[in-house]
Amino acid sequence: MGRKLLLEHINVPGINTFDVYRQNGGYRALEKALKTMSSDDIVEEVKKSGLRGRGGAGFPTGMKWSFLAKPEGKARYLVCNADESEPGTFKDRYLMTYIPHLLVEGMIVSSFALGANTSYIYVRGEMMPQIRILEKAIAEAKAAGFLGKNILGSGFDHEVYVQPGGGAYICGEETALIESLEGKRGNPRIKPPFPAISGLYNCPTVVNNVETIAAVVPIVNDSGDEYAKLGIGRSTGTKLISASGNLNKPGVYEIELGVSVEEFIYSDEYCGGIANGKRLKAVVAGGSSVPILPANLILKTANGENRLMTYESLAEGGFATGTMLGSGGFVAFDEDQCIVRNTWNFSRFYHHESCGQCSPCREGTGWMEKVLHRLEYGHGKLSDIDLLVDVSKKIEGNTICPLGDAAAWPVASAIRHFRDEFEWHVTNPKEAMERNFGLAHYADPLPKPEPELSQN
Amino acid sequence: MKVIIDGITIDVEPGTSILNAARMIGGEIVPPAMCYYSKLEGSGGKCRTCLVKVSKGSEKDPRPMPKLVASCRTTVMDGMEVQNITSPEVKEARKGVVEMLLINHPLDCPVCDQAGECHLQDLSYEHGSEATRYEFERRTFDRIDIGDKIQLHMTRCILCYRCVYVADQLTEKREHGILGRGDASEISTYIEKAIDNDFSGNVIDVCPVGALTDKTFRFKQRVWFSKPVDAHRDCPTCTGKVALWYKGEDVIRVTGRKDVYGEVEDFICNTCRFEKKNTSDWVIEGPRQISNRSVISSNHYEQLAPPPVVRKNLALQAANKEEFERATKH
Repeated sequence: MGRKLLLEHINVPGINTFDVYRQNGGYRALEKALKTMSSDDIVEEVKKSGLRGRGGAGFPTGMKWSFLAKPEGKARYLVCNADESEPGTFKDRYLMTYIPHLLVEGMIVSSFALGANTSYIYVRGEMMPQIRILEKAIAEAKAAGFLGKNILGSGFDHEVYVQPGGGAYICGEETALIESLEGKRGNPRIKPPFPAISGLYNCPTVVNNVETIAAVVPIVNDSGDEYAKLGIGRSTGTKLISASGNLNKPGVYEIELGVSVEEFIYSDEYCGGIANGKRLKAVVAGGSSVPILPANLILKTANGENRLMTYESLAEGGFATGTMLGSGGFVAFDEDQCIVRNTWNFSRFYHHESCGQCSPCREGTGWMEKVLHRLEYGHGKLSDIDLLVDVSKKIEGNTICPLGDAAAWPVASAIRHFRDEFEWHVTNPKEAMERNFGLAHYADPLPKPEPELSQN
Repeated sequence: MKVIIDGITIDVEPGTSILNAARMIGGEIVPPAMCYYSKLEGSGGKCRTCLVKVSKGSEKDPRPMPKLVASCRTTVMDGMEVQNITSPEVKEARKGVVEMLLINHPLDCPVCDQAGECHLQDLSYEHGSEATRYEFERRTFDRIDIGDKIQLHMTRCILCYRCVYVADQLTEKREHGILGRGDASEISTYIEKAIDNDFSGNVIDVCPVGALTDKTFRFKQRVWFSKPVDAHRDCPTCTGKVALWYKGEDVIRVTGRKDVYGEVEDFICNTCRFEKKNTSDWVIEGPRQISNRSVISSNHYEQLAPPPVVRKNLALQAANKEEFERATKH
């Protein structure tokens, strides 16, 4: 059994209420932090823990916190990004629904570390129940004296507010989230300046994912060094993985980083194998925006090593043969799933969610969606496949925010690894409407990729 | 601060953007800009045509920037090295952006009033490919009248947001913005309310394409047949410095004075723009200098001088030194 930090007490009945959470050691971190630690101590512990942003980018949280500008006479803000809307990711919703006090406690401790007297939880508009749950949790914490003026006699004042968003994927991008929180149109800002210098209301702001903030609680409880003992290398601690797709036991799992992908899919402790005794075809390992990998490459890297659930191991091989841990949206596809249809579906999502601010993303996402729709419904041409690759390259890296990259990667990787399936859709349009391509005969293991030509 | 753009070194003030530094050098190395407008605060960064490669971050930190950056919104650092037309990567990316801008553009230049002074036309001519790879229906919108003087033809819009910044910054109320999201976004006034402000007509001048047009000028004359003249009047609201566009003896249009980058020198008021269309309203200063590379000048003020043969031949240039200098002054 892997060690659980966030979901340790998830099965205790009534853990979503203040009393039960408190009886199970809740708000211990808050007391410890406010009574015995200085704010710099907490930042130091988080740095030592090696905690990396759980929202997808994997940026070291301690470093992000230490970048926060601290000008005199200006408020600082902590914003919790609960705009979880990546297809395949549902861990934050789970955490907020079943153990909301963990997030509230994390918010207070993190705000204390950052010196923020006001913090916001920006929740996606569709998550109405979670908004009510969080508001109830905040009210309970306030009644117990963990929020408000002079918390536990430490002289630290703090308020947490829950702000529902409008349900836009783009508002999960930190600067778009800040714009939306300010009451404006949720368009990403052009960086620099980064939020750590000028964020919410032009004040220094830290935006962290729900899981990141929750992970601060065990770090403060057990110390950063203790947390860093879990995991492998620079991937420390535990991570919530939202497993979905054709698995026997889909759901949210807390894993110690470093579990092998094979164990995660097939062991009974986690997903319990592919449903209905079918074979694994492909995996999207970190939410819809990361590159999709065929079964052989997700289980073993191109060098033949076991692939582990860590930031580094999943990225092994770069974009040619690797993927990313992302936000931990683990979607498994069995042999009966159609990659073309799935790619079209992802594309449709990004087309719908593009904010329309910068041209490559606004126009390119729609273009890719239309071409993929044509391929899926049997009107495609062989040249469409290269066209898609080219359009995705024109979008990637040329946009203001990472949504362009997120839209381009799934398409480019699906074509890279499943080109024969795309071609089959063009050459056998009738058959493609009736049945799926099934497993392809991939060379296994794949030959080593040629080193990319160095760019001048 | 020293910055090197395409191998040309220039000294600029701290805080200058790469684009403005390139404009100080001038010539072919200036990245095209469809959304940046130096007189509108916060504009730029959206169209991505001005992408450049920063091959050396600064003297202190010589690492190159990982991605191409929007030159209009990136400030220079001391010792920065920038590649624009010398980088194949930039050229490729720019071609991609131009293609993206054009896939949903109606390409109705033959009936568009902006033709001849349209930035998208210039941009696609210089950086685009001759054929499209887009085989789907282009997006269309109904035409909307914004007040009785301005027409919005969203179909042609490239969503540069310039007019939104004009409405935000020149007028008192925010009455003009973006509705919708992604490729369904559209410029609009809230519930088609008329813009009612002395400076609202400037949205026409800042529009790089034919999406916002002057209804008092629509379909009157192709812009390259009209003759631009600098003029001014004593205006209580604005500076009154404008360009008049003549068709024979009649003033058919009044606009701000645009520089080589299509930016007006001064924003003008609606009275000057729409009401004063008699020569007697104005003090004429003289013919407007238009770059001899523009189609507008092709018929009148400047010829394509000196002839290309002289441009290429140094001996001929030396022999006609005085004439050559006069002709290439602008």
